[in-house]
Amino acid sequence: MGQYLLSTYAVEGEVPGATRTPEDMQAFMQRVAALEAEMEASGTFVFGGALHGPDAATVVGVSDSSPVMTDGPFVEAKEHIAGFYIINADDLDAALAWARKVVDATSHPIEVRPFRATGRIQA
Amino acid sequence: MTQAVDTHGDATGVEHVFREVYGQAVATLVRIFGDITLAEDAVQEAFVVASDRWRSDGIPPNPAGWIVTTARNRAIDDLRRSGRGRELHEQLGAVATSSHGPGTEEWGEDGPVRDDQLRLIFTCCHPALRTEHHVALTLRLLGGLSVDEVARSFLVSEAAMAKRLVRAKYKIKAAKIPYRVPDEADLPERLRSVLSVVYLIYNTGLDGPERALLRGQAIRLARALVELLPNQPEAAGLLALLLLSESRVPARAAEGALVLLRDQDRSKWDSTMIEEAHAIVRACIRRGQPGPFQLQASIQAVHCHADSFEATDWPQIVALYDHLFSVMPTPVVALNRAIAIAEIEGPGAALTLLDAIAPDLDNYHLMHAARGTMLRRLGRRDIARAAFERAAHLAATEADRRFLAQQIEELAEGRSP
Repeated sequence: MGQYLLSTYAVEGEVPGATRTPEDMQAFMQRVAALEAEMEASGTFVFGGALHGPDAATVVGVSDSSPVMTDGPFVEAKEHIAGFYIINADDLDAALAWARKVVDATSHPIEVRPFRATGRIQA
Repeated sequence: MTQAVDTHGDATGVEHVFREVYGQAVATLVRIFGDITLAEDAVQEAFVVASDRWRSDGIPPNPAGWIVTTARNRAIDDLRRSGRGRELHEQLGAVATSSHGPGTEEWGEDGPVRDDQLRLIFTCCHPALRTEHHVALTLRLLGGLSVDEVARSFLVSEAAMAKRLVRAKYKIKAAKIPYRVPDEADLPERLRSVLSVVYLIYNTGLDGPERALLRGQAIRLARALVELLPNQPEAAGLLALLLLSESRVPARAAEGALVLLRDQDRSKWDSTMIEEAHAIVRACIRRGQPGPFQLQASIQAVHCHADSFEATDWPQIVALYDHLFSVMPTPVVALNRAIAIAEIEGPGAALTLLDAIAPDLDNYHLMHAARGTMLRRLGRRDIARAAFERAAHLAATEADRRFLAQQIEELAEGRSP
């Protein structure tokens, strides 16, 4: 058993698979809710969700004295992480199968990345 | 994948056996320990022990079994010594809970050992890895080529290839790419990727004499896949395709330049390979589950069946290309179909088809070479020459460049083809 990060990125100013009408939005939310319920029921779901945009981000810098805060995201780029799930999966094939379900539900491309064994996590 | 083994304990005999059993031994050790690097190191250590012992005592009757046993014991000792007992326990525990229990760790002629290799090739060609990693891993782990041999085949330095392999193995381990034959539902798609890797290895082997080793490796892998997956006709199709291509190798070059199919001395073709391939193609047709590799093999089978270029059954070839295009609608298939059309409807019709796909294949030398051929046959020599020049500029191999230089020279001298 391992843990994987399934993350998706949004490009500033455009949202892939954007939901335009309220009906579309509702259908989108329903698909995501159903997917999360399926993840939960199978013991796959660890944590996850969608994030606010980079304008809402703050970086706490490394400093010996008082903490240095900076308004904005760590990486100044056009692409920003838009949301993620952390899942339990036996191997990469299982993680990829869940990633495909997330793609189907959200129409977002998903990056799958394994956690390494540190702290509480056992790879 | 088991082949007749030379039982002489001399250096060449031992080297030969090492290459024969390397893939088999690594695959089994990967199943036991779940770690490629550990498996490779253990097999390497076993080879060191074997090269001493076999030279004095002769090669044992089951060299692969000997290597696996020795390598496994070495690996267990190493893990114990390095205090990785917990890891060892987990790894061996994982074996016990896998589909093959501890009692089945035998290495007979069939059964688990052959399944080990099948599992490993699906790992090496996993879609989460990039193509260059598929090729490198397959040649190193299943083909038993040295890192240097793989590096030389792909014109990169040994250090660069070693790095590539380390990176690929790191991903397999970190992301937990499984050692498993895919489920029935995923098998056709995953197999296509494995077969494409083998085909790529073969075609790279056609690029020059220093790469000839790759062709033999590819044919060996294709043969193994046919044995391991007897219900997958596409594997048989690939083997037939490789054999038909290989049968013509003795005729496809003269003085370092490519010789076109139409000009090849057909008496140089290897009739044994052609017969074997024809039997495979006939069996595929009887099965009635055509796919891209079977159709490509059928096309080559029609070519190899003809006593001369003129006697080729062109309508049959075009019909097969139509079928191939319906399942694999790529510009390269369209290109080959257009070339076949020229033999029935003439160069004008072929040129119209080529012009339609030219934008998609502008960087492909064979498209320009085909255009040059059609234009020359239509008497449009200046444009033909420009097309051949463009092809020569894009060609990657020496044999292709020499062939194209000949065409340009002939056009310059005003000679007819």
